[in-house]
Parts: sequence; C-alpha cells; structure tokens
Amino acid sequence: MSAQGRSRADLLLELADDELVLGWRNSEWTGIAPFLEEDVAFSSIAQNEIGHARALYELAAPELGLTADELAFDRTPEEYRCAPLVELRRLEWARTIARHWLYETADAVRLEALKASDDPELAGIAAKMDREELYHRMHAEMWLDRLLGSDEGRAKLEEALEELWPYALGVLDDELRPAYRRRVEERLGRSLPDVEPVPRGRHESELSDLLAEMTMVRRSDPGAEW
Amino acid sequence: MTRPAAAGRVQAERGDPTITPAAVWQALEEIPDPEIPVVSIVELGVVANVAVLGRQVQVDFTPTFMGCPALDTMVRAIREQVAALGGEADVRVRHDDSWSTDRISPAGREKLRAAGFAPPAPRSDGTPTLLQLERGPFRCPYCGSGDTRLENLFGPTPCRSIRYCRACRQPFEQFKTI
Repeated sequence: MSAQGRSRADLLLELADDELVLGWRNSEWTGIAPFLEEDVAFSSIAQNEIGHARALYELAAPELGLTADELAFDRTPEEYRCAPLVELRRLEWARTIARHWLYETADAVRLEALKASDDPELAGIAAKMDREELYHRMHAEMWLDRLLGSDEGRAKLEEALEELWPYALGVLDDELRPAYRRRVEERLGRSLPDVEPVPRGRHESELSDLLAEMTMVRRSDPGAEW
Repeated sequence: MTRPAAAGRVQAERGDPTITPAAVWQALEEIPDPEIPVVSIVELGVVANVAVLGRQVQVDFTPTFMGCPALDTMVRAIREQVAALGGEADVRVRHDDSWSTDRISPAGREKLRAAGFAPPAPRSDGTPTLLQLERGPFRCPYCGSGDTRLENLFGPTPCRSIRYCRACRQPFEQFKTI
C-alpha cells in the first residue's frame, strides 16, 4: 500500500474514515430494517465498524498530534479520506446489500495485504479487524445468495452492482484491484465492465449532510468533557 | 499468559508495601466482565501480562471485540484495583491479534454455559463458515441438545450470535468464535 507513497498516518485515516462513515451509514438501518433480525445485524455491524475506526484513529492520533475523537469529529468534509462508496446514502435494500457485499469483499482484499505488512502494529490491527470482518462477509454473502435466488432480487441486485462498481473499485489501491475484480467476477459468474474508478478524495454531497448530523451534539458544546 | 498461583492479596492487607504480580492477578480476578458479570476479566483472557516495578504496575490489556463499549469500564476497573493495592497502573491497550475466544479459560467457559451463554467453539475446529454455523452441532446451554438452528449471526452485543433450540424451544445466545 505504501507503493502509493502516502504516509502511515494517511493510510490509517483512509481505513478509519471508511469504517467510520460506513458504520454510520449501516446504523441508519437501526429501527427501520425490513425485519427485526436485520435491525440487530446492521446495528451490530455498525458497532464493529465504528470500533475499528476508533482503534485506527487511536493508532494515527499520536503521529498527528490529535486525539481519536478530534480525528473522528473535528475535521472538515474535505479532510476526510474515505472512499465515495461508503458516503452514499442508500436506504434501499438491494442497493444496501450490493454496497455491503462490494465493500466487505474489497475490505477482505485490503486486510489480507495489510496483514502481510512489515509494520507490526498495522499487521496486528488488520488481523484483529479481520476476525470480526469474517462475520460481516458471511452476512453479506448470505444476502447476496438470497437476492440472487429470485428474478426480482437478481434484477435489483444487478442494477445496483452496475451503479456501484466504479465506486467499489475506488476503495482499493491500483495494485489490489485485479485481485478484487477476480474475486467479484468469480462470485457473480460474469465479467464486470472496465470503468474508471471513482477516486478517493472526491466527495459525494451526502458526506457533508452525514458529517453535519454526526457531529451535531459535539459541536453544540465545543471542548466539553462528556 | 504467565499467571503465578495467586496468593498475594494477603500481603497488601497486612500492610506489606511490596506489590507482587500474584497479588495483582488476584485483584484483577475480582473484576467482573461488565456485560457478563459471571466471568472475570482474567477468565475472559484479556489480561495479557502483568509486570511490577515497585509501585508501578504495567498491565497489558487485549480488548475482545474492538467496538465493545465495556472496554473503557474494564480499563478503569483495572486502575482502581491496582490503586487499592497501593500501586499505580499503567494499562497498555494492545490492538494486536493476541486475543481470540480461545483465550477464555475452561472455568470461564463453564460459567458462561451455566449462565445461559453457549461458549465459543474452539478455533481448532477451523475458521467459522456460514455452512458450519448453519449445520454444525451447536449445543443448547439450557438442555444440552444439539438440535439448534442459527437465527442471526449477530446479537445484542458484538460477541454473540442468536440461536434457537428446537428441543426445548428456547432462543439462546451463542458466543462467536473469533
């Protein structure tokens, strides 16, 4: 990953911002999922992702002279380094499942690379995250099968995958994309188009709305000890 | 994990100023898991190491699930217990890969089961798969039947899944293997 020439702190922020923002998006299903067990599942996945973000911010914080909370809440939207895939507000089930599966599959490829890192802290945290992500992947795969099991589900899923594929490619560095593409195509049993990835650093308009809501309470009393 | 046979708290009570690792381990054994108080944090396996230098007590702490809200409570409790021994705790939270559900002690597993939580399957059974969770013989902690089904990979806290026992018709919480 360092092949891209970014600092360790920047890499940690990319990972942390992806997990925080996706965790927040997943939490939007709390209370409104199509049935109760999915309320529980998406809430629990959200909690895991935000926990990963916290640990990653804590690792980056000393290098940047900030606290984990300051990193999570006190930056401007432009300063976030998350991939646009996680920013999208997708309150429609098939699109949520498509994003969930595309992200978790990309994250698996990324974590495998990080686990082999020379940096023991980075390799260790990636391995710890991966133990939990395994359950996210099982959940995503289960839903993928469920949607692929009916004509209507398949049609909705295919439409969402088509839309999100350029975003999904943007989660990973260049060198990891071929492995990712292979994994996705193998699972779907078809090839996906050669498209330009939606790059990290560009932001969807939905991100500002998300951050405004996410930081509302903290901004109501700056510097307070909660 | 190096855990000397605990017998040390007596020293502190006698006013002996020496803090021993055994005394620290014994004090930590009194800290219940904030969410499942039937097991201690030592039985949970999150205390990776204790080192004592005079009054300074270094405790290496390996969180269970990274988003577990009980972590801060555990760290605070460690500091309080060490302070009660007359020491000062330096709790080092290690986000490495050293904790897994295999670190839960045999006594801890039995206490979980008795409290209605099915203990995690050992990792030696292989990395969990959906097929295994759907078809595997997971035992009901209430009646012992293996005729149970997976209801939800996720549960009320990050560490648990939900299963249902067809024999005694009870839902129960199954510790995830991680």
